[in-house]
Amino acid sequence: MRELITLHVNGERHEVAALPHHTLLEVLREDLGLIGTKHGCELGECGACTVLLDGMPVLSCLTLPIEVQHCEITTIEGLEQNGTLHPLQETFAELGAAQCGYCTPGILLAGAALLRDHPQPTREQTKEALSGNLCRCTGYTKIYEAVDAASQRMQRHVRGLGERSTPSNPGARRLS
Amino acid sequence: MSATLHHQQKHSYRVIGTPRPKVDVYGKVTGRALYADDIMLPRMLYGRLLRSPHPHARILSIDIRRALELPGVVAILTGDDLPEKFGILPSSQDEYALALEKVRYVGDPVAAVAALDPDTLDEAIKLIQVDYEVLPALMSIDEALAHPDVKINDDARIGNIHKAVSYEFGDVNAGFAEADFIREDWFYYEGNTHAPIEAHACVASWEPNPGSPVGGKLTLWSSTQTPHYVHRELSKVLKVPQSHIRVIAPNVGGGFGGKSDPFSHEICASELSRRTGRPVKITCTREEVFLIHRGRHPVKMWIKTGVKRDGTLTAMHFRSFLDGGAYGSYGVATTYYTGVLQTVTYKLPSYKFEGMRLFTNKPPCGPKRGHGTTQPRYAVEVHLDKIAHDLGIDPVALRLHNLIEPYTRTINGLRITSCALGECLQQVVERSGWDTFHAQKNNPPTQGQQEIPLKRGMGIAASSYICGAGKPIYWNDLPHSSVQIRLDRGGGVTVYCGSTDIGQGSTSILAYIVAEELGIQPEHIHLETADTTLTPVDLGSYSSRVTFMAGNAAIAAARKLKEQLFAVATEHLQVPLEHLEAADGIIYNEHDPGVALPFVKAVQLAEARFGALVTAGSYAPPEGIHGDYKGAGVGPSPAYSYSTCVAQVAVDVETGELVVEKLWLAHDVGQSINPLLVAGQVEGGAYMGYGEAVMEQQVFRKGRHKIPSLLDYKLATTLDTPEIETILIEIPDQEGPFGGKEAGQGPLNPVIPAIANAVYDAVGLRIDETPITPDKILRALKATAATRPTQRIVVSPQEAPSPWPTRLITWSPREASTQPSQVISQSVSTKGVS
Repeated sequence: MRELITLHVNGERHEVAALPHHTLLEVLREDLGLIGTKHGCELGECGACTVLLDGMPVLSCLTLPIEVQHCEITTIEGLEQNGTLHPLQETFAELGAAQCGYCTPGILLAGAALLRDHPQPTREQTKEALSGNLCRCTGYTKIYEAVDAASQRMQRHVRGLGERSTPSNPGARRLS
Repeated sequence: MSATLHHQQKHSYRVIGTPRPKVDVYGKVTGRALYADDIMLPRMLYGRLLRSPHPHARILSIDIRRALELPGVVAILTGDDLPEKFGILPSSQDEYALALEKVRYVGDPVAAVAALDPDTLDEAIKLIQVDYEVLPALMSIDEALAHPDVKINDDARIGNIHKAVSYEFGDVNAGFAEADFIREDWFYYEGNTHAPIEAHACVASWEPNPGSPVGGKLTLWSSTQTPHYVHRELSKVLKVPQSHIRVIAPNVGGGFGGKSDPFSHEICASELSRRTGRPVKITCTREEVFLIHRGRHPVKMWIKTGVKRDGTLTAMHFRSFLDGGAYGSYGVATTYYTGVLQTVTYKLPSYKFEGMRLFTNKPPCGPKRGHGTTQPRYAVEVHLDKIAHDLGIDPVALRLHNLIEPYTRTINGLRITSCALGECLQQVVERSGWDTFHAQKNNPPTQGQQEIPLKRGMGIAASSYICGAGKPIYWNDLPHSSVQIRLDRGGGVTVYCGSTDIGQGSTSILAYIVAEELGIQPEHIHLETADTTLTPVDLGSYSSRVTFMAGNAAIAAARKLKEQLFAVATEHLQVPLEHLEAADGIIYNEHDPGVALPFVKAVQLAEARFGALVTAGSYAPPEGIHGDYKGAGVGPSPAYSYSTCVAQVAVDVETGELVVEKLWLAHDVGQSINPLLVAGQVEGGAYMGYGEAVMEQQVFRKGRHKIPSLLDYKLATTLDTPEIETILIEIPDQEGPFGGKEAGQGPLNPVIPAIANAVYDAVGLRIDETPITPDKILRALKATAATRPTQRIVVSPQEAPSPWPTRLITWSPREASTQPSQVISQSVSTKGVS
């Protein structure tokens, strides 16, 4: 039997009648039409389905929606704010860090969480943060370069405009 | 940037050669890009295949009654519903969409179900009752050779030999007689798989039309690299004319060769849609992707090479035994590819090649990045390294001494055009600090220095690859690639091409080329690709053919439009044709840029003059680029790319742990259309080669895939992947688009032997099989320490069939055209622009 659950996704509240054994990945894709969240294995092995739960990267294929009704969920669709791209989205595009693009949403979300916790990550921190996200195209080199470039871009922004104008960070923890 | 460019001269290109984003990348970084599984249609059903649990069995009966009675099940297919054979090659039509009579590997599809939702499918699949008579299974090359009585596939001519080939080019006996030194080696290259992050998926939608003699039309969206061949095979199996089938490849989440065959799930989804009158989606599970496979063939190889004292190669005899799995797939081509390109890297005055592919009860092998050339490249490059050490010649010097020369013919008749292999070798040696590393390594440890367990080594290897297969899969006189361009009076530019972007950037390449020719920005252009109804044929994203072939077709189409635009511009501006330039959205007088016509205005004038502005361009490789013997169609290419790699490794002699610390990779790409994308291909190839060298293996236990998951099938994460330094060498090819050559596959090939040679350099041991894992290193170290050579890793043959089970074809270049190729001098400068 389906159960009525409430999910907070990308700042929007959704009531969904979902099968209780369906994963967050299935509900996001099938019930909410948020197909930007990808699935590569549905066993928690590849990282393609990474979303942010209260700012923390989790694998939506291993998460039951009923357990995360009180969390703020961020998917790739929520990384962009009112048509403005997150710096990571810009640098991934500009520096060739997305080839087939299938792992890209998951890596962008894991990367956004990394830059929130470590605005200037070392290469080792970046590798550690992205070690659960498999990419089969890039050899990761261009991904590191894009993370570094986004970090610099965000630093410049902070320095140039002052703290208050920091670009809204979807990796930020939920208020209330 | 870690990539550096070395090129001959600076061109005045506006778009070509400049790093820029892919034209479709913003969809990918925002989650908007639609992949096959993202397509949801009204009333859509979900489908799944029931697959064989046995590696080899006769199907006695299939009972679908209980499954059909399950609420939510809409239709079920079995083998009798689709009794038409298909396959990617015309010579290997040996697959059924669903097994008839026999299953030949664990994973062979047996039945297909369509239901209202995926949960019902799980139940329905369990309710299908199949009775099998289990047959003996053959799981290796040696078993397949040893048991000709157990016949796996009726396409095998003798026993389980699917294909055997035998060639002698030049006089091999004379070559060996001339040699001062002869060496023989055996190697084994383990199979591995593509593992694209997107699992195969498709959505089929049949639109009935009672008035049509065909009954309707079919549209299939599929994550495929080859919509054209899927189109062909769907037509054959469904018995629907191609004119009534539309195949579309949406965004494809990686392929690497694994999405190049027509597949059962595509045919079954289509037939289920026809029968139910509703769209049907089939998305494969990750385990199914491992079973669909079509990946790297396991290959056992024997090489015998003759050399003179100074290192000059005089003769080579090469044998390959391929473990093909249960079906043909691309295997006939793969068999040839294990032999034909040996002559393209180094000059061989005589060469004998014998290859055979065996059927086994494993998932079918096929093309994976480097298709059939990766295994022999590993074997030959390690074998040459051994010869260098035997002769006391520096391994770099031995290679430089034997390089193939540009604008020559190989002993097996292949035409070589541009070649910057020497430059590639020189660059990786220089950038890796090869000479310094080895000079320091040879210094004896100073007094008091502890013997440390970590041993470092550096190894080198070289390779070459085709820029597109010189012959199509179905031999005909048709173009391999066509492009149409339409201009509209609002200034819109639409480019149509069947080419399929699997992440490598082929769609962007079309935009860059058309933008360069028409003098507009790539972002200005709208692209329609990979759609068999809307777009002219491009054969597909295989054999590294797309930049070269679709690129040349795009240039041809764009130049026709440019002619029309310039014809009106010359009159309107009163500027002679030869002084007109197109750039930055205007057509102008190169001597007086103020005299200019906006692009949109030129389009309107041209439409008024010529009517609708639509042009087309096509490309087919030139004739006469290969020998005139049977089988000469595999190997020729309009150009070859060249790559070299230096690997630096550290081996822990106590644990056998191998760490690849850095890879330097130089690639001769002719001309980068976009250096960012080329470097991305080189880095991706290096990463994949690294995985094949040290961890990836498609292995089986008791007839089943041992590790069909991304956790257990080891693929390199961020924590494993070594640093990769890319060096792009740009010496434009005479026939490539703006001089460009391939980058998608070639750079993988030198990585595996470079790592193997580095391990030898570190610990003085040869591991002559892949992957080079710690347990093998440790076993070899222990065996050496205990001087028990029997425990060494030794690849040994089962009895090689004697005589070789096929007729020997002998051929020498004098029998072909004696006309020497035109020699075009090639000068190189290596200006660095970081």
